[in-house]
Amino acid sequence: MTYILKPQLHHPNLPTNARGFTRRDYEGSVSTLCAGCGHDSISSAIIQAAFELDLPPHRIAKLSGIGCSSKTPDYFMGASHGFNTVHGRMPSVLTGANLANKDLIYLGVSGDGDSASIGLGQFAHAVRRGVNMLYIVENNGVYGLTKGQFSATSDKGSKSKKGVVNHDAGIDLVGMALQLGATFVGRSFSGDKDQLIPLIKAGLAHKGAAFIDVISPCVQFNNHVGSTKSFDYVREHNEAVNQLDMIPARSPIHVNYQPGETVMVTQHDGSVLSLHKLAELYDPSDRAQALGFLGSRQIKGEIVTGLLYVDPDAGDLHDALDTVATPLNELDNAALVPGSKALAAINAGLR
Amino acid sequence: MSVEMSPSAAKAAGPVVINDFVVKFANVNGSGSASANGMFAKSILRSGVPVAARNIFPSNIQGLPTWFEVRITEAGHLGRRGGVDLMVAMNPQTWDKDVAEIEPGGFLFYDSTKPLPPSKFRDDITVLGVPLTAMCNARYQLPRERQLFKNIVYLGSLAALLGIDPKVIETILSEQFAGRQKLIDANFEALHMGVAYVHEHLQPIRLQVRKADKVGDRIYVEGNAASALGAVYGGATVCAWYPITPSTSLAEAFTSYCEDLRTDPDGKARYAIVQAEDEIASIGIVVGAGWNGARAFTCTSGPGISLMTEFIGLSYFAEIPAVIFDVQRGGPSTGMPTRTQQADLIGAAYASHGDTKHPMLLPCDPGECFEFGALAFDLADRLQTTIFVMLDLDIGMNEWLTKPFAWDDSRQLDRGKVMTHDELEAGADFGRYKDVDGDGVPYRTYPGVHPNKGAYFTRGTSRNPYARYSEEGAVYVDNMQRLLRKFETAKSLIPAPVARPAKRKTSDGVIYFGSTTPSMHEALETLEAQGRHLDALRVRGFPFSDEVYDFIAAHDRVFVVEQNRDAQLRTLLVNEGEIDPAKLAPVLHYDGTPITARFIAREIGQILALGQTEAAE
Repeated sequence: MTYILKPQLHHPNLPTNARGFTRRDYEGSVSTLCAGCGHDSISSAIIQAAFELDLPPHRIAKLSGIGCSSKTPDYFMGASHGFNTVHGRMPSVLTGANLANKDLIYLGVSGDGDSASIGLGQFAHAVRRGVNMLYIVENNGVYGLTKGQFSATSDKGSKSKKGVVNHDAGIDLVGMALQLGATFVGRSFSGDKDQLIPLIKAGLAHKGAAFIDVISPCVQFNNHVGSTKSFDYVREHNEAVNQLDMIPARSPIHVNYQPGETVMVTQHDGSVLSLHKLAELYDPSDRAQALGFLGSRQIKGEIVTGLLYVDPDAGDLHDALDTVATPLNELDNAALVPGSKALAAINAGLR
Repeated sequence: MSVEMSPSAAKAAGPVVINDFVVKFANVNGSGSASANGMFAKSILRSGVPVAARNIFPSNIQGLPTWFEVRITEAGHLGRRGGVDLMVAMNPQTWDKDVAEIEPGGFLFYDSTKPLPPSKFRDDITVLGVPLTAMCNARYQLPRERQLFKNIVYLGSLAALLGIDPKVIETILSEQFAGRQKLIDANFEALHMGVAYVHEHLQPIRLQVRKADKVGDRIYVEGNAASALGAVYGGATVCAWYPITPSTSLAEAFTSYCEDLRTDPDGKARYAIVQAEDEIASIGIVVGAGWNGARAFTCTSGPGISLMTEFIGLSYFAEIPAVIFDVQRGGPSTGMPTRTQQADLIGAAYASHGDTKHPMLLPCDPGECFEFGALAFDLADRLQTTIFVMLDLDIGMNEWLTKPFAWDDSRQLDRGKVMTHDELEAGADFGRYKDVDGDGVPYRTYPGVHPNKGAYFTRGTSRNPYARYSEEGAVYVDNMQRLLRKFETAKSLIPAPVARPAKRKTSDGVIYFGSTTPSMHEALETLEAQGRHLDALRVRGFPFSDEVYDFIAAHDRVFVVEQNRDAQLRTLLVNEGEIDPAKLAPVLHYDGTPITARFIAREIGQILALGQTEAAE
């Protein structure tokens, strides 16, 4: 399998966004994933979100680990630099990239094997450091590229395609992200674009560690009866706590819901999150409540989706390290090298 | 005045020795002795006499034995000599071993508060007792004061015994506790308690420090601190690290130098330092920062290198600049974490699966740690790969007398082949892995550089010159060959070896590197005095230049001196240069202590003597 060039035929009347880009300008090369793969829907949602946010594609850095999900950054935003790193280690590479240049938007794409098994440690530490990023896990509960082994997010009791029952407890990355201090936590379903696109937009605009767990059924190895990550199961057990509209900064705000049903949250960059409540008492600014709510629904086999937690005033790792405004990779000789005079003083102190 | 001596003190009498002896302090870890011992070494330096001081310490914070060895050497031999002339035995746990280590005719200094049976001493040494505990218990109330000032009291006693001017120590104490006059006064008092006791009860011994002018403008600094300062001058902005002996103090020194030298007036940092969750994340952060155009490094030791190897392979294959300082310790596995070795050479040179090779720099002292520490970042950008700077515990964690740090203010950071926005805009053809100049080094772009040109996808999988995924065999082979060309290019950028020709024509040569250097030089002098002449070559990096192989070709036999079991430098020489192994004679020291001139001279001397006997037969 080698690289497939996408035909460069543009429809003459494709709509453009405020920067004059068409949706095609946010696309990448042709996907080599299986037909019907949930991951392709997520790529499509990322493309739509970036298009709607009017982001300059080259100011986004997309990073991934290894696995089916980690291949996808090649399939969107071809004008962005991308980095397919090593298995489970995308979070550290993204952290380093972010330290080098705070001005780009960092999108990390990973899978359940990549983030919940081999990369669980790096996932945890990047989140707890508050690296400014949107971290998406395309969660199908199965190892696709190696043909169907259970992953660590497989629920206990879930059945594999070959009929084996998983006896290990599943890891819930959403619960972990909440506990580890992520300042934006959401869950969605690759089959629900209306919910997913605004979540991605809000996550991209969020300052701090944003995490979205996207249940993304594997059509080849995990879409059968007995699986808790199949299209049918997720549709039947999806409990959305809210419906999100993401209104970019400077855009007029139209609210279609009745007062009292909607919570408005203004993020650091001026974007407004309009949250229409579906679960009556759910408050996405309460981390502890979010954890409790998730736990209680999980016992019932429900999959809670929506924007589960957001701290609109969060800081990031650069704030903690108090770095200069200029990206570190742009500092010149004069800013970096103290020179011979400073060295003479150091020498004098070492005698 | 009276002299306290062992029963047969007469045997211990000998010639007066000036500025050429070894003092060893045997202490209990955590007793506060390190500071006093450091001041002892510094007071001799301030007297214009070179010293070589080494900590020999356990993997422990409190309670286990620790030693500090000071070689006083007007001749400037900075390697470890071996043997002890004056033992300052402050640790009852190691008493017997410490006493046994004293050279015949040497001296034993001890706390004589509690009487010890004659069996605890030796006939052929001079015993110097000072009742340190009794003196401190009489003077101080707090247990901590009693403990800490004991160290200063013995410092005073030693000064009086060895003829060190107490005023020199007073100056050092005043500098150390600047602004805390009460503390200075208290330390002065303790110091003079020790001096006065010797004046009243003992007399100066035949080992004497005499003021000289042999230190010059040299500085006294640890290799780890020097490397960290090199990283500052090399323009490193991102440091990610995980604590591990013996490299921890490198990251700590980088932090402190950056606070001083890289902080804006408003307190903002022109650097970012992350203590990562492990060595894998450390190198991951470094690779991410390097990919994005910042100069980045990590510092670690052997176990960390083992963990980092997958990322080192990615850096090699995806061609991302990275710098790793490897402060080597005794391996394998956890090995001897607080002892020194040069045993990571092969592990670093060929780190990671698949066909990989990585350039290494081999500094011989803190002066070169600074130089190579800065150079490593230029090389990493120039070659777009991982550059190892190979220290060891001996250089990294001990203060060495070394040439002062120097910097040419006209020097600019060499960012290597980076295609800019304007070049892309002007229509330059950008192929991330294209060998445009024939040196194997491709051009790269920084992410975010241009709205629609210069973006590429970085991956550890095979790809074509335009960075597109490819499993074509020919494309893969072409790329692997280009990486070999790049490694050839590295040869011209690695610091050249340093030759030290023999005074007479000889067919014997010796190759050495790193912390072995001062002991090697001293051993060459010893051998020369015995009429044994060798041309010597110090290698300073990997890959080896033609000069190294020309040197081997020009000699019938070449000794390769190194501090590991498996002759790793020799293996690299044989492997990379297709040298007949029979030509390279290994001289190996790997017990965890720094190699000594005595060891090298004995080993090489024996082989040379054997050769002479065979020739005679």
